[in-house]
Amino acid sequence: MSDEVVDSNPYSRLMALQRMGIVHDYERIRSMTVAVVGMGGVGSVAAEMLTRCGLGRLLMYDYDKVELANMNRLFFRPEQAGMTKTDAAAQTLAGINPDVALESFTSNITTLEGFDAFKASLCDSEGAPRVDLVLSCVDNYEARMTINQVCLELGQAWMESGVSEDAVSGHIQVIIPGVTACFACVPPLVVASGIDERTLKREGVCAASLPTTMGIVAGLLVQNALKHLLCFGQVTRYLGYSSLKDFFPTMDIRPNPGCANTLCGRRQTEAAAREASPEARAAAAAAAAAAEAAAAAEAEAPVHDDNSWGIEVVADQAEPSGSGGESNIGARARGKPGAPPEGLQYSMPAGVTAEELRAQAVEDSESNIEDLMSQLDALNKP
Amino acid sequence: MAEWDSGTKETVKRIPFLTVRCGPRDKEDWAKRLKEELTALIKYIQLNKASDSDWFTITANKEGTHWSGKCWYVHELLRHEFAFEFDIPATYPATAPEIRIPELDGKTAKMYRGGAICLTVHFKPLWTKNSPHFGVAHAMCLGLAPWLAAEVPHLVETGAIAAKA
Ligand SMILES: [Zn+2]
Repeated sequence: MSDEVVDSNPYSRLMALQRMGIVHDYERIRSMTVAVVGMGGVGSVAAEMLTRCGLGRLLMYDYDKVELANMNRLFFRPEQAGMTKTDAAAQTLAGINPDVALESFTSNITTLEGFDAFKASLCDSEGAPRVDLVLSCVDNYEARMTINQVCLELGQAWMESGVSEDAVSGHIQVIIPGVTACFACVPPLVVASGIDERTLKREGVCAASLPTTMGIVAGLLVQNALKHLLCFGQVTRYLGYSSLKDFFPTMDIRPNPGCANTLCGRRQTEAAAREASPEARAAAAAAAAAAEAAAAAEAEAPVHDDNSWGIEVVADQAEPSGSGGESNIGARARGKPGAPPEGLQYSMPAGVTAEELRAQAVEDSESNIEDLMSQLDALNKP
Repeated sequence: MAEWDSGTKETVKRIPFLTVRCGPRDKEDWAKRLKEELTALIKYIQLNKASDSDWFTITANKEGTHWSGKCWYVHELLRHEFAFEFDIPATYPATAPEIRIPELDGKTAKMYRGGAICLTVHFKPLWTKNSPHFGVAHAMCLGLAPWLAAEVPHLVETGAIAAKA
């Protein structure tokens, strides 16, 4: 990757990040592999951003075809209607930047076979992960839970993204197995739209979409991915976006020790053991010292060298996270202990109580599966 | 369960809850779960027959991973019948099965590509919250039945379907 500043060098503006001291070693991106799962309104734009950034290898997943109904979003073109999204994306992206190695996977990851194929595609011949990051740009809970399970099994970091069905809000979330909440740890948090949900007309449509919201979420997602991959800035664990109120809540979501996914519990134990190791403690202490030194240096520096406008920008005061006690959420946004921060809500109703379960659990049947299947078949006759 | 009618709410209360938290990737425990699925379904169909509101037939492959059958809905005294099918997803029962009615693909907006029915915004959150206690019978009762009740009249009105003789 040349850092020569000439009009013919496609990477000169990116390598300038290094010269400016924002990124320590930008060229590392050439050795990195990212999987983008779901090539819809968010994933396709994220893939284009990564391609233009000079990513080493990009794995793309989608089983759908390009439709004219997708044309309100960015990236795909009308003449690509009918092509698989992965083929159409590969065609466009190879044209934009031939340096990126592209791999396309055109299957549904939520089925039994699809799950195994997806997991295998993320691994090298020894079964170890060959990707640096997985970006979830899918539009349904089943696919997110599939990515969650595969990444828990592989110990693979991933980032989740979502746009609400009413197209006016979205979020991104970093998931590191054992270190942060997994996708099954807490009910999905959605950004409250700021308007009464019941007044929204939902009849007759499954979902609305806007190129703006999707483009913004793709930008937030890839920005966070770049920070994570190239180790610069602060990688936000959860960032919400409400377009109606221009509200961006952020927070950390700690893993839930009672997570329904038992593998998540195991990863939490492993992460705690890693954190307690002498090497990790030394590294954490060094990092804290470095952060303190950086903060001190910043405090000494003038707010702005040439502040002729009289404007002062003051950083938000970061509150200590996790003072809530029972809550898994250490919010930087305001909120009651145990409750999600203002502007965020759980998207879950109440479930079966222990009492209901005792009263009404299925009785253990004496019959075996074959007997039960023939009983079922008998019921099928009128 | 704000979104379901009182009949549905009464019925779903009588379907047994399942207890085995296991999907088809774990062959051994899946056999236990499958027994629960079949027992709950048999109970649900018996309830329907007893109240003269039988509305579907269903059968599974021997592994219990692919299910198919016929469902029907009576609208203005005419019976509309459709073939449906679904697969048990890899992350089941954390996630619900996606029920497809391929013959209606493209005929209604309340359907995803490939003929998967578009469920109410309330169904999937309720399923997740009740996992692993909801099973195939609950998906039929809270998912497919209300969908037919909402969509069949609309499909008839728009002329997208006509009753089969
Ligand atoms: Zn978890």
